[in-house]
Amino acid sequence: MAPAPELRRRLALAVLLLAALALPPVLAALGQGYYVGFAARVLIMAMAALSLDLVMGLGGMVSFGHAAFLGIGAYVVGIGSWHVFEGVPLPFGLAGSENALVVWPLAMLAAGLAALGIGAVSLRTTGIHFIMITLAFAQMLFYLAGGLKTYGGDDGITLYSRSSLGGLNLSDPFTFYYLCLGLLAAVLAAFLRLADSRFGMVLKGVRDNERRMRALGFPTYRYKLAAFTLSGAVCGLAGALLANASEFAGPAYMGWQRSGELLVMVVLGGMGSLVGAVLGAAALLILEEALAGLTQHWQLLLGALLLLLALSARRGLWGWLGGGGRHG
Amino acid sequence: MAEPLLATAGLVKRYGGVVAVDHVTLAVERGHLHAVIGPNGAGKSTLIGLLSGEMAPGAGTIRFNGHDVTRLHVHRRARLGLARSFQVTSIFHSFGVLANVVLAVQAHAGHSFRFWRPASRDPALVEPALAALERVGLAERRHDPAATLSHGERRQLELAMALAGDPAMLLLDEPMAGMGPEDGRRMVALLESLKGERTILLVEHDMDAVFQLADRISVLVYGAVIASGRPDDIRADAEVRRAYLGEAA
Repeated sequence: MAPAPELRRRLALAVLLLAALALPPVLAALGQGYYVGFAARVLIMAMAALSLDLVMGLGGMVSFGHAAFLGIGAYVVGIGSWHVFEGVPLPFGLAGSENALVVWPLAMLAAGLAALGIGAVSLRTTGIHFIMITLAFAQMLFYLAGGLKTYGGDDGITLYSRSSLGGLNLSDPFTFYYLCLGLLAAVLAAFLRLADSRFGMVLKGVRDNERRMRALGFPTYRYKLAAFTLSGAVCGLAGALLANASEFAGPAYMGWQRSGELLVMVVLGGMGSLVGAVLGAAALLILEEALAGLTQHWQLLLGALLLLLALSARRGLWGWLGGGGRHG
Repeated sequence: MAEPLLATAGLVKRYGGVVAVDHVTLAVERGHLHAVIGPNGAGKSTLIGLLSGEMAPGAGTIRFNGHDVTRLHVHRRARLGLARSFQVTSIFHSFGVLANVVLAVQAHAGHSFRFWRPASRDPALVEPALAALERVGLAERRHDPAATLSHGERRQLELAMALAGDPAMLLLDEPMAGMGPEDGRRMVALLESLKGERTILLVEHDMDAVFQLADRISVLVYGAVIASGRPDDIRADAEVRRAYLGEAA
């Protein structure tokens, strides 16, 4: 029998999942089918925020460059699609591909390798230096992407079609939404499991007191690097989905504003709680959408609302809902 | 005679022009409780930093359990069985009491690239952790958040974490710092019970405790060892009395 807080947490999770499952038919019944596509984008950004919370909330590594991995994932899908459409082979005689089973794992691999490289350098520092170095790497990749003349330079790549996945039609908003939901739920479940595993304990120990961890005998660097790489790969998957959702891949995905948005989502939802990252992403994007419909000065309103939320719910939305604060 | 468990030779650490540790040669025999005393600024903390591996010496060597560990990282020395406690209590505040010790056991239970099973329900980790908590008398607090422990209890927890990995040697950096008389007595009794079972290097300010517990005492003044021997010899040493005990008494 699980203790009461654990029970409440599971109940809240179940309610969230049911609401997410019921959303598309409800929207359709209300004649607001357009928003199913928007909801899928929320799920995708939630996955990206979740990947950030793994390193930031559990491991105490505040990455200000996670949008780079989002962008890399998107570009892998975009470039694969571009070569199919243009009929131009890739280097080494490889053909382009739109097959999700090829391109999405490749997106994860590419983003994961980038995270491995960036992490290997950045994780030699901590605190503010780590924040600045991750930001610098992301900005380098942002300008690099803008310089890819073949792939549209600053304008990016417009996809002619979404990835293909067996008999599924990903251009159907419902199908795409449920696919995104399934992937997000799988990542969330795996991360929640990981948080209590030996690996997760090491990450949380590093967050609390890295010096003590080393004195206990943990080679902390390699665990942090592994977490950073895993986080990058998951963020790359979110990027691949994002390219499909907007049928576009461009440097804008990698900008520092996007990295900042991911940070806001995680903090807003409740750092280190994992579920909070999902809630934070949903809250931020829905607020943006709702306020933009009200007034053109919506960013002023958004700022004020975020301030209020930060002051009133210090443990984030998830803590406020009774799900508990950081996973500890 | 067998090789000492820990031996330093000509250990030097300089900060700019200041020599914090000055050619320290020290041997800690297996099973001994060896105390290092000295006035403030004598270099005791630096010595602990060098032995644990947080600082690199400018010259000299450190041998531990048959290995030259002079250039080994902190975590490698810990894995070889050199456990330490910190002068300023260093625990994991967002963890429970038991989880703190579970993590300490985990450090010595192979690699931690295990992503699925909950660590807190793994008997291979929990049982040794509970044993360590019982040893220091904290078993009843195992379900409490570590942040709710009193100062004395945190020091006990710190010791449990050091013991959890079944280390060959304990480096204890002022385990009685900031304790009231009651907690202090309990800690002395605890260290007394560990004597003989573990090799211990104890850096401590409390002279009564040191002379009660130690098998050997080394006196550090201005970074150099000015005397080393049995408690009675140290008490009788004229130079020690002049340099240190006289001014402290």
